[in-house]
Amino acid sequence: MKTLADLKKIREKAQEEMKLRGGNVRIKIVVGMGTSGIAMGAREVMKTFLEEIANRNLTDVLVTQTGEKGLSSMEPVVDLIEEGKPKVTYGNMTPDKVKKVVVEHIVNGRTVSDYVVATGN
Amino acid sequence: MSLKRIDLLICCGSGCVSAGSLKIKERFHEVLQEKNLANEINIIETGCMGPCDYGPVMVIYPEGTFYKKVSPDDVEEIVNEHFIKGRPVARLMLQDDEENTFNTQREVPFYQKQVKVALANCGYIDPESMDEYIATGGYEALGTVLTTMTPQDTIDVIKKSGLRGRGGGGFPTHIKWQMVHDNKSDEKYVICNGDEGDPGAFMDRSLLEGDPHRILEGMMIAAYAIGASNGFFYIRAEYPLAIKRIKLAIEQAKEAGLMGKNVFGSNFCFDAEVRTGAGAFVCGEEMALIHSIEGSRGNPTPKPPYPAVQGLWGKPTIVNNVETIGNIPTIFLKGADWFASMGTETSKGTKVFALTGDIKNTGLVEVPMGITLRELIFDVGGGMTGGHKFKAVQLGGPSGGCLTVEHLDVAVDYETLKERGAMMGSGGVIVMNDKNCMVNIAKFFMDFCVDESCGKCSPCRIGLKQMLDILERITSGKGKEGDVEELQRLGEAVSKLSLCGLGQSAPNPVLSTIRYFREEYEAHIRDKSCATKVCLDLMHFDIDKDRCIGCSLCARKCPVTCITGSREDKYTIHQLDCVKCGNCQDVCPVKAVSRIPGMHPEVTAKREAEAKIANHHDD
Ligand SMILES: Cc1cc2nc3c(=O)[nH]c(=O)nc-3n(C[C@H](O)[C@H](O)[C@H](O)COP(=O)(O)O)c2cc1C
Repeated sequence: MKTLADLKKIREKAQEEMKLRGGNVRIKIVVGMGTSGIAMGAREVMKTFLEEIANRNLTDVLVTQTGEKGLSSMEPVVDLIEEGKPKVTYGNMTPDKVKKVVVEHIVNGRTVSDYVVATGN
Repeated sequence: MSLKRIDLLICCGSGCVSAGSLKIKERFHEVLQEKNLANEINIIETGCMGPCDYGPVMVIYPEGTFYKKVSPDDVEEIVNEHFIKGRPVARLMLQDDEENTFNTQREVPFYQKQVKVALANCGYIDPESMDEYIATGGYEALGTVLTTMTPQDTIDVIKKSGLRGRGGGGFPTHIKWQMVHDNKSDEKYVICNGDEGDPGAFMDRSLLEGDPHRILEGMMIAAYAIGASNGFFYIRAEYPLAIKRIKLAIEQAKEAGLMGKNVFGSNFCFDAEVRTGAGAFVCGEEMALIHSIEGSRGNPTPKPPYPAVQGLWGKPTIVNNVETIGNIPTIFLKGADWFASMGTETSKGTKVFALTGDIKNTGLVEVPMGITLRELIFDVGGGMTGGHKFKAVQLGGPSGGCLTVEHLDVAVDYETLKERGAMMGSGGVIVMNDKNCMVNIAKFFMDFCVDESCGKCSPCRIGLKQMLDILERITSGKGKEGDVEELQRLGEAVSKLSLCGLGQSAPNPVLSTIRYFREEYEAHIRDKSCATKVCLDLMHFDIDKDRCIGCSLCARKCPVTCITGSREDKYTIHQLDCVKCGNCQDVCPVKAVSRIPGMHPEVTAKREAEAKIANHHDD
């Protein structure tokens, strides 16, 4: 390391690794992991999100989980929360649908309306 | 890029480690392995998070959930409920007396009035990862200073910030730096003082353990400002983790090219090493510390010459406290004006305190200078435990003084505290409730200083021992009229005549308790009574005959068989033989035994008779 620019590079990468502890998160993905969600495959859904995000090196996306969401007929249910935009809730998710949501919604910024079960708060 | 979705920060500060946090960490590793979740969850061992009373504590991101008093048995539930199902475990969250639950660390009242500068990363980053330090802006200040500022500019920033020494003296940091800067010499040194000898203090230890790179970076900025290319960390051997972490930080910085030759492409070259101290209080005194590094006995020597003129191996040297150095990188990152905007006219920035004693939230805190003692003790510290009343607060450890209820609204500021007979000190704060005997407290600190006096100068070696003898006399019921005045006379003499700060400040606890609690000394001497029943010679045990059921348990448990009686007559303590062990009170099933202030009249009479005989023999 010889310059401030070198340091900046290391810093950006390190901040990336620490993004869970705050910092700049553009989109937060909240997977419903209640008993029925898990029974319907929520863990697979979450895993696929984590993998897709890692593969695409999406540094400003965060995956987290919550309990029962009261939408048990549509499990697994996932919220996408973006700063300054209404929340989008996707239902009946599968790993394949996750891949599509990642490409369309997260990368290209277009809601996948076929899977949407609710919007807003 | 990782698949991690949870950062689990486990506090591994000294308080939480002794409460078992390392076992909890192991348990998490096991459970996560079992459940095949190890690649989704980061387990990070951090430095002290502060609220030691709630230990072991942990924070779970991204939500920032705060768990307290976690045990290894809770781990499985945390993993199943929180990590898998996303349902935080409410019973491990902090609740206040009104049953409000605090979900996240940010909401916890303990943190509300705190401002973390030196402690900013402590409990938030992995202290063994240089990258995490860099992520928080680490080494940016050093790079900026080395590439855009002259040493004089650097000193000017510190001057503007108003930074003063956090090691106890409160000496303006820039003045020391300027003196060493102006002294031409082929070699200069910077020393980081991590001796931390005050009983109950763990500020510097926590900083060294929790954020070692910050201290290293601060030291390098200081070295550049004064023109030094070598530094020493003087850390006591009782702090093995602090030593290990600083050594690791030095290794990592060297490997990354942040230390060594031509740092950031500048002319600045720097190397540092750790020296361990054997744990003598006096070795925190800068001259004694310097001699200790040189390999000589850690004794103070007269000043002048000051270290800035003739320090380590006779070369100009600055000695700065760990916390002082810990503030430096942030001052350059956020600006001198930002730093100076906190605090009072003469005391800028923040101060780290180790809160201990009879309060709810014991632990490590950092608050803006100028905060009142009331806010520090009742808001940050959470107030007194067990519904007891606040009586006094001791600031500055064995060199400091006691303040009372009437000072609760005093601002924490170097000058204000000094005027009241206490001092900022290095940050040890002992809060006491009304069950503490102030004479006994003064004796405790005096005992410490007598032990720690290096013995080189006679005022400290002999004077302090004289004072201790008088205090022992007073607390054992043999105090005489004039003892208080004698303590004051001796205290003033020792303060004036001692060679170093140890002797100069050691009388402070006695003098300040006489100033504010003189009536307690007088009750001990005249009435032979300790109102708090702490001094055993000045209290006695008594059995209430109306309550006693004659079960004989006390008599059977008495080690000196001084309790006799029968079911009909009830039981009586023979005061002359009683050794005040308290067994009788502990075992009594009906609480008939109580502690009564004051020497028992029989004991007083016996002692007077003995004294008469002794005098007679003298004649
Ligand atoms: C008996 C005695 C013990 C001391 N112990 C310490 C200590 O443990 N840590 C410390 O930083 N300063 C201690 N000091 C103060 C140092 O002599 C010195 O003033 C200080 O390290 C300067 O750093 P600062 O200006 O950054 O506060 C002690 C002083 C005396 C007289």
